[in-house]
Order: sequence, then C-alpha cells, then structure tokens
Amino acid sequence: MSDYALELRGVTKKFGKTEIIRGVDLQVRPGERVAVIGPNGAGKSTLFNLISGRFGPTSGEILLAGQRIDHRKPFEINRMGLSRSFQITNIFPKLSVFENLRCAVLWSLGYRYTFLKFLSGLKDANERAEQLMEMIRLDKKRDTLAMNLTYAEQRALEIGITIAGGAQVILLDEPTAGMSKSETQRFIHLIREVTEGRTLLTVEHDMGVVFGLADRIAVVVYGEVIAFDTPEAVRANPKVQEAYLGSVIAESQAGGH
Amino acid sequence: MSQAVYRFKPINVGRWVIWSLFALLMLVAPLLFTSNLSVTMLAQMGIAIIACLSYNILLGQGGMLSFGHAVYTGLGAYVAMHALNAATAGTLAIPVSLLPLVGGVAGMGFAVLLGYVTTRKSGTPFAMITLGVAELVFAMSLMFSEFFGGEAGISGNRVVGQPFFGITYGPQIQVYYLIAVYTFVSVAAMYALTQTPLGRILNAVRDNPERVEFIGYNTQRVRYLAFIIAGFFAGISGGLATINFEIVTAEVVGAARSGGYLLFTFLGGATFFFGPIIGGILMVIAFVLLSELTKAWLLYLGLIFLFMVMYAPGGIASLIMMNLRVAKYGKLRQIWTSYLGLGLTALVMLAGAGAMIEMVYHLQLNSALGDQVRFMGMTLNARGLDSWFGAAFVMLTGLGLFELARRQYVHEWGEIQEEIEKEIKRREMTV
Repeated sequence: MSDYALELRGVTKKFGKTEIIRGVDLQVRPGERVAVIGPNGAGKSTLFNLISGRFGPTSGEILLAGQRIDHRKPFEINRMGLSRSFQITNIFPKLSVFENLRCAVLWSLGYRYTFLKFLSGLKDANERAEQLMEMIRLDKKRDTLAMNLTYAEQRALEIGITIAGGAQVILLDEPTAGMSKSETQRFIHLIREVTEGRTLLTVEHDMGVVFGLADRIAVVVYGEVIAFDTPEAVRANPKVQEAYLGSVIAESQAGGH
Repeated sequence: MSQAVYRFKPINVGRWVIWSLFALLMLVAPLLFTSNLSVTMLAQMGIAIIACLSYNILLGQGGMLSFGHAVYTGLGAYVAMHALNAATAGTLAIPVSLLPLVGGVAGMGFAVLLGYVTTRKSGTPFAMITLGVAELVFAMSLMFSEFFGGEAGISGNRVVGQPFFGITYGPQIQVYYLIAVYTFVSVAAMYALTQTPLGRILNAVRDNPERVEFIGYNTQRVRYLAFIIAGFFAGISGGLATINFEIVTAEVVGAARSGGYLLFTFLGGATFFFGPIIGGILMVIAFVLLSELTKAWLLYLGLIFLFMVMYAPGGIASLIMMNLRVAKYGKLRQIWTSYLGLGLTALVMLAGAGAMIEMVYHLQLNSALGDQVRFMGMTLNARGLDSWFGAAFVMLTGLGLFELARRQYVHEWGEIQEEIEKEIKRREMTV
C-alpha cells in the first residue's frame, strides 16, 4: 500500500509537437485538500484529464493509492476510486435530479448492468440518492429535470454526481466557475462538507477560495509544477511571486484577511 | 434522517389499471372486429408493435439510430421458418407455440455477433455501420438461396403435430391469440427494462455518454447489451411473422423494412414508451388499408412523415402527452375550437392535393382506362383543365385557411403554456 492517495511521477503530455505537461511530479496524501492554481493555459485542465483517464500521458506514471492508472479507461479509474467534475457542467439533462444521482450511485453499490431488478426496489440506491440530494440541498427539486435547474443548482448537481459513488479521491475542475461572490461562498462551504474525509484536488481561480480551502497549493506554470506547499509557504515563495502570483496574492492578502 | 423518504409504492394502482385494460383490449378486439381482414390486421399489429418497441430500445431509450433493424426481425423470421419446416419434417420436436422464442434466440444471437461491431461506435458512425450491416445481410440473402430461399423465399405450414387442447393454429383467430400473448408479455418485459438499472443507464448514455464513463460505466457495454436485448425482441416479432404469414421472403431483411420501423417508431413517438405501440398500429393500417385505398400511399406517407418531423418531432405520443398536460390544468376547452379549425382546413387542403396526386397517378399508370378518375365520390377528368383548376383552387384555399388557423393555434397554445407555467410556479410557492 502506498503512502499517497495520488501520485504523479514525471508525467508529460504532448499534443503533436507541443508539450503541454512537462514532467510533473506530485504526491497527495490521503485526506489532503490540494488546490491547483496557475494562469490560463498552464495545463491545469489537461492535468485533470490525464489523471481521470480522458487521455493517457505521453510518458510518466500516475498512481492511485499505489496502483497504476495511467492508460486506463475513465470508467476503470472511476471504479478504482477516483471521481471528477467538469469545468463545463456535465450532467444528464433529460433525467430528473433524483435520477441523475441514482445513476451515479448504481455502479458503486454493485448493480452494474443488471436488468433483472427494478430500480424502485433498490432500497440502498434510493436512500443514498435521497441522502445526496439533501447534502447538495436539492431535495426540493427531486423531480425537476436537470436541464431546468438554475446554473448554481446544476453546479451543485455536478458535485453530487461526482461524490455519489463514494470515491476516495475527488477532482473538481473549477467548481465555482461562473458563480457570483455570495454563491461561491456558500458553494465552498458545501464542497468542504461533502468532501469531508476524502482527498480533494481542485482547480480554482478565486484566490480567496484557494487560501480558504486548501491544505496545500500546487502552482502550475507552463506545464510544470513550480511550487507545491502550504498556502503560507507558496505565498512567500519568491519563485511563485516572480512567475505568476505576486500581484494576485498581494491582492488577496490585502482584501481577504 | 432521510430514511423512508423514498416513496416506494409496491402496488401502483394506475399502472395495474392500464396494463389490465391493455390485456382486456387485446382479448376482446377480435370479438369486436370479427371480419377476416380485421383479425389479420390485429395479428399484424401485434407483430409490428413488438418490432417497433424493440427498435425503440435503440432509438428512444439509447439514442442509437439504427438503419438495419429488419436484419434482426428478418433473420429471426428465417430461423423460425427453418425450425418450423424441421418440425414438419419430424427432425425437430418443437411446438409451434415456442417458435417465436426460436426467432428471439436467433435475433439475439445475430445481435451478439453483429452488434459487437456495431455498438463500438455511437452517433453517426453507429448509424453508418448499421446501414452497412443491413446491406451486407441483404446481399447475402440473394447469394445463399439454401437459407434464404432466393426470390420465392421459404414457405411452411404452421399446422404441425397433434392439436393441443384443440389448438392447431389452423384458424387465424388462434394465431391471433398466440400473437396477443407474446405481444403482452413482450411489451411488459420491455417496459420493465426501462425500470431497471441497465434501462436507466441506457437513458444516461443517450443523454451524455461521456459523463457515464466517469460514473463507472463502460458505454460500449451498455449499448451492446441494449442491442442484444433489442435483437431478442425483434427476433420474437420475426418468429411470430413466420407463423402468421407462413412465408418468409428476402424483403424482410431489406432496407425498406428497416426504414419502415424507423419511420413508424418516429411517427408514434420515440420519446415515450407507448409511442412505438401507436407506431406499430399505424404501420399496419398504412401497409394494409392505405395501400388498398390508393396507389400513391407511399407518397402520402412521405408527406405525413415530413409534416411530423417539422411540426411534431416527438411524434403522436408527445402530442397526446402535451395535450394531456393542458387537459390536466383544465385548459383544453380554450383550445379545442382551434383544433377543429386546424382539422377542417387540413382536410380541405388534403382534398385538393389528393385530387391532384390521384390524377397524376392515374395518368401515369392507368391512362389506358380513360381519363375518368373517381375521387371522394366525385368524377374528375385527369386531362380536363377544370378538374385541375378546381383541385388547385381547393388546395390553395385550404392551404391559406390552414395557415391562418395554424397561426391562431400557435398563439393560443403559447398563451396556455404561459398560464400553465404561472400556475406551476404558484403551486410551488404555496407548498
């Protein structure tokens, strides 16, 4: 068994001749909350896509609790205990809130591809879906089709689907993108609550959120992790300030504390 | 806590009523429509309903547009026919009542084989592959005449062995009841499928295949399993057709048949479970009655299809459900005059267009019989200027009035939907 919930060893990714990820090493301990920050186009989303199996790395290894997951299919990685959300809302628009969540719990409860049991009789799946619905505060919208929810509600549903299967490692790709300040505040609270006790990796732009949420911060610039440390240390890191963060951190210090 | 929040209803009264009515309807239908033609048609409707519903597992439930569903109904029919002939020859001991299952297993077997390739892809590539597979099988049907019987096809005799409780399957009515039993069980089983984990994940694959991959499911596997199940029920439909018609020809695996399933499933409505049932019934009415009524029936069918795709893409089922919603809020009264207007003006338009279509067909096909065309109780002259002018006038008048009625209707419909939305909001607030 590995000491790390998630580990990247010398991961690179090339699209054609362009190297998007250039040798990333990263070790995330179980239960840790890690924020991945960096300028637009630094490769944060690509990193998430590599980890979650949307595509394989050009070289390097990715390990989930000590097991290789690079070059595995997304559904295999999910079954091994890693789940992700998407920057652009990615839900089942024509299914109700309840159905969305129930679909997301089915595999983990062992129902797989069965067509010999009725959904209505799956007590554990139904209860789990109801529970999740309460957790993401959508229990009043139980039978509303996902496409008819407000944007913030859809984002909450996205998180609900992501955590539904009980994965131990959760990847959230810009969970608060496009939300207002007050919505973001409430949402961060929600994310804290629902990912309690799990390992969390999140891409985030709002520095207030990052410093409030993360145990450690990974700074990605041009496809490389230039710093991976506690918020205080990252803030003080001259390399980070020089490369990217100086102005932003100064702002958040002035305004946020 | 959230225990027992889930409203599990072991006995759903409404559901029992609907299924009982469905069974009752099939039971008494041949007692109400007793003529030979109607019993034949009822039997064919059962066959078509199973075929269209099985097709809708792909199209409506799984978002898979197949252009080759007749491959599975057709091959099921062929295998069932060979089994029937083997039973007649005494080489295979199988009762006629189980032949549809032979067809079903055959359909499933071919779906296991061919679907493995087909369901690797989704969307347009899937549609193209099904088209290719359909062409392949049709080409083979012309090559292997031992199995497919060449141009004449293969025929058989469904009266085999000792009568069982007096059932010989000689009389059409006995065949009807065999088909009715299979139809009821198949429809119930296919409905049950929509209520299972696989059925729901299939909907999820239809809506957002990428997301399904990230909740632990292999979308290819989901599509493949659905395809196999659809193949099984398609095969049952084929097996029943074998018993009903006692002949199978190569056209049952042909593109026209596949197109028919697609067209009528769509017409009936792919978005609701019961849509393809309506589609299957319409299919038989069109193929048996409409084709008797006029030589131009395919043209009319094409027009209806075009019209539906443009104005009611959800098919007849969605029209019914939308109006049920309006009725539920007590607003059907506001709009029924509009429907009357739409119906009447459409009839006028159709009468004019129909007259012209019939005259064209008459000139093309029957001009040796003279220029007289009988149409809706009138005698038209296919070469007469006044007949053409009259028909054109009627059609254009109808078209104009229809457009007026349509605008009025769209306006009223919009208002009613707004009122309903407000009503829903109001109710939500008070809860």
